[in-house]
Amino acid sequence: MTLPRTCQFAVIGGGPAGLAAATLAAGLGIDTVLLDEQPTPGGQAYRNIEAVSRSSWRLLKILGKHYGQGNALVEGFRQSGVRYEPSSSVWQVTPSGKIGVSQSGQAYLLKADRVLIATGAAERSVPVPGWTLPGVMTAGAVQTVMKAAGIVPDEDTVLAGSGPLVYLIALQLLAASAPLRAILQTQKPTSWFSKIRLLSQVRAGAGDLLDGLKWIRAIKSSGVPVFHASDIRAEGRDRLEAVTFQSRGQRHRVDASALLLHEGVIPNIQLTASLRCAHRWDEAQVAWAPVVDQWGTTSHESIAVAGDGAGTRGAKAAPHSGRLAALETAFRLGLISMKERDRLATGDKQALARQVGLRSLLDHLYSPSEAIRTPADADIVCRCEEVSAGEIRKLIDGQGFVELDQLKSQSRCGMGQCQGRMCGQTIARILAEHRGLSMKDVGYFRLRIPVKPLPLDQLAHLQNAECDPELSASSGDPSQRV
Amino acid sequence: MQTDVIIIGGGLHGCSIALHLAQQGFKPIVLEKNIVGRHASGVNAGGVRQLMRDVAEIPLSIAAMDIWENLDRLLGSHLAETCEFISRVGQVGVAASASELAWCAQRTAEMKALGYDLEEMLDAKGVRRLVPTLSDMCIGGIVSRRDGHANPFRSTQAFRARAEQLGARFYEHTCVTDVAEAGSKWQLDTTRGQMHADIVVNCGGAWAWQIAGMIGEQLPSTHLALTLMVTSRIQRFLDPVVIGIDRKLSLKQTEVGTVVIGGGVLGEPDLDAGTTLTVADRMVESARTVWDFFPILRQATIVRTWAGLEAVTPDILPIIGASSVAKNFWHVFGFSGHGFQLGPIVGSVISEMIADGKSAFSIAAFSPARFSNGAIASGAIHAAQHEQQGATG
Repeated sequence: MTLPRTCQFAVIGGGPAGLAAATLAAGLGIDTVLLDEQPTPGGQAYRNIEAVSRSSWRLLKILGKHYGQGNALVEGFRQSGVRYEPSSSVWQVTPSGKIGVSQSGQAYLLKADRVLIATGAAERSVPVPGWTLPGVMTAGAVQTVMKAAGIVPDEDTVLAGSGPLVYLIALQLLAASAPLRAILQTQKPTSWFSKIRLLSQVRAGAGDLLDGLKWIRAIKSSGVPVFHASDIRAEGRDRLEAVTFQSRGQRHRVDASALLLHEGVIPNIQLTASLRCAHRWDEAQVAWAPVVDQWGTTSHESIAVAGDGAGTRGAKAAPHSGRLAALETAFRLGLISMKERDRLATGDKQALARQVGLRSLLDHLYSPSEAIRTPADADIVCRCEEVSAGEIRKLIDGQGFVELDQLKSQSRCGMGQCQGRMCGQTIARILAEHRGLSMKDVGYFRLRIPVKPLPLDQLAHLQNAECDPELSASSGDPSQRV
Repeated sequence: MQTDVIIIGGGLHGCSIALHLAQQGFKPIVLEKNIVGRHASGVNAGGVRQLMRDVAEIPLSIAAMDIWENLDRLLGSHLAETCEFISRVGQVGVAASASELAWCAQRTAEMKALGYDLEEMLDAKGVRRLVPTLSDMCIGGIVSRRDGHANPFRSTQAFRARAEQLGARFYEHTCVTDVAEAGSKWQLDTTRGQMHADIVVNCGGAWAWQIAGMIGEQLPSTHLALTLMVTSRIQRFLDPVVIGIDRKLSLKQTEVGTVVIGGGVLGEPDLDAGTTLTVADRMVESARTVWDFFPILRQATIVRTWAGLEAVTPDILPIIGASSVAKNFWHVFGFSGHGFQLGPIVGSVISEMIADGKSAFSIAAFSPARFSNGAIASGAIHAAQHEQQGATG
């Protein structure tokens, strides 16, 4: 296998932002490599779209027209001449553009003049009591298996959460005749006054809003009970048996084998955090995001971020931010003038602005509630290392800890296989609440490479590594070395 | 604020000195610019090792082992337990070449001649009895059976907690910006205001040379970002700590089953930002050694890496002793990647020196004077042969 060693532009992630960026970059004459974890292009939004479009008309119908819109992007990418490296896991990006890649059981380093991180967003953890029981999963996980393998839940299912994706998944489950027993809406009721105020700021995206209203109507007419719910609990001995919750002053119980949770997505900041890019706490989105300029450039000028990884704006906004990053890259590489860049950017900038307006409305309507309720002492927060909320609180009180990394070092929370992806925000929230600090003050875990687990065998045979002989020489007596 | 002793730096040595001074009736204050145990003390490999030390450190190291084995006396049983000290599993230096094996033989003979019997030579069978999963490439080694390991972050916290119980005070997020003589006292400008003390102990680790500079003393400024990598949990296969002789390696399986791998892999230090980056290119060598020595680990996955900032001296020996330019000012730093085990004893020795002006242990070999004027003094132990070593890991 011949591995790429260098390129001008490396795009990480084959979702809408990465595909659009790479396609445009190649069109502008930039030597571009696209690295993606999935075996085919599409990302989370358009996962497996080529195969589904080709061979499963029924599944395509279940997944809906928004999914089908990914076809054009993927086709354009396939014709672009971008060097495409599927099934590649990226475990490192350095500020100088050295990318650590694992593919087919081998690891190598790829040096890029400029890097675009288009690794999107990940579902927010919703650590309700009982969330570690088998049968409790994220709604996105169910979507993933539907798209990738055509598998549809066939057990009694409860869907809980807030955000447009909850409606979309509900519709997909109904279209697939899955036994959906209840939908629990966790968003707080919003006043009409603030809805109207926000709507007035939405300059476009009206079509999407209408789609959303259509989804809500379709769900209501399906007959599946819909509750405004809070204090959701997953109940069961060894696996999920029922979901209980509070609604209109009463406790309810629905027997179920599957509970799908979703309270929106948050930018996947593992790479940008390991790069020590500057980050900002976004109060409206209740999440950390890297600080980027209008072209997606981070505090490291050779590293850019596009798509939901720079702040959640959705799959429709992502291609526009991807193309803006590609234009900036072409400008920085000297392939187009600043004037040319600005001229080519006009359409994407306008389209992006429209999507941002829509997103502000959604952020306001569907702010997370169950995900930001700090767990009770007995509940597990770090699943990998089985650390409970009570243990965290005890360390904060007993040891006087004020930093996330102190909690990590002492209790092992965040040290496991998921590298803090699932527990980071929850532990930060417990610390913030207990100390009367803001999430911004508390910050995030200090992350380092590898941001994805890396087999030792691959590291031992890492290709293209630069070895500095001076640093590896051991001279003198073995008892007198560091 | 005013007290008898101010310790600059809340690493294990700062905490241990505070603990021992408090035991003697002093009212020490520890100033830590970040949080206790943030750098080398909290993130090192936790080796409690006598094996393969420079002979100058052996007396202290043996005495330190006595304290480690009786931690409950020093810390009380609860805090002692939190250190997770695993005693007498041994540390094993593994030889994979004839020259490494020859070195083991020569070293054990030298140690015997000096009257120390803590190290033993191992043949191929002997090394496998201790480490059954070693590959055929490993042909022998050297062992110190009394050695073990502990949890470095928790140990440092435990020493701090004990020091506080005895009356020491800790101020974290407190940075010393200047030190000056004010009459018979020291005046410290800090981010928490001015403080005064009769005696100052500089335990500033990688930043200690900057503190020394404040009183006009030039001491080595070399510092390294020593890197560790850790695997996900695997079934127990290893009790002793394994280190390389000529090859870069230090490896142990922790109580929870993860395997911590290091051995002088260098990251990128950033002294001003107080942090480090780890560098994949430089981890390859250690990973390759693990791959060679431990076939059982070839399919293990590395889940995290980290690095701590550590001061390293030109002769790889620590700086422990009175300042050569000022009175009532002590330096305790530069442990060059192997200071963790010495923590308990150095605190005891320094507190004796401060209280009584003498100690049962000689610390002459570690005197800051050997670096007077930025050069290595000719009389210092081993200075000549180590001079060129510099920053090599």
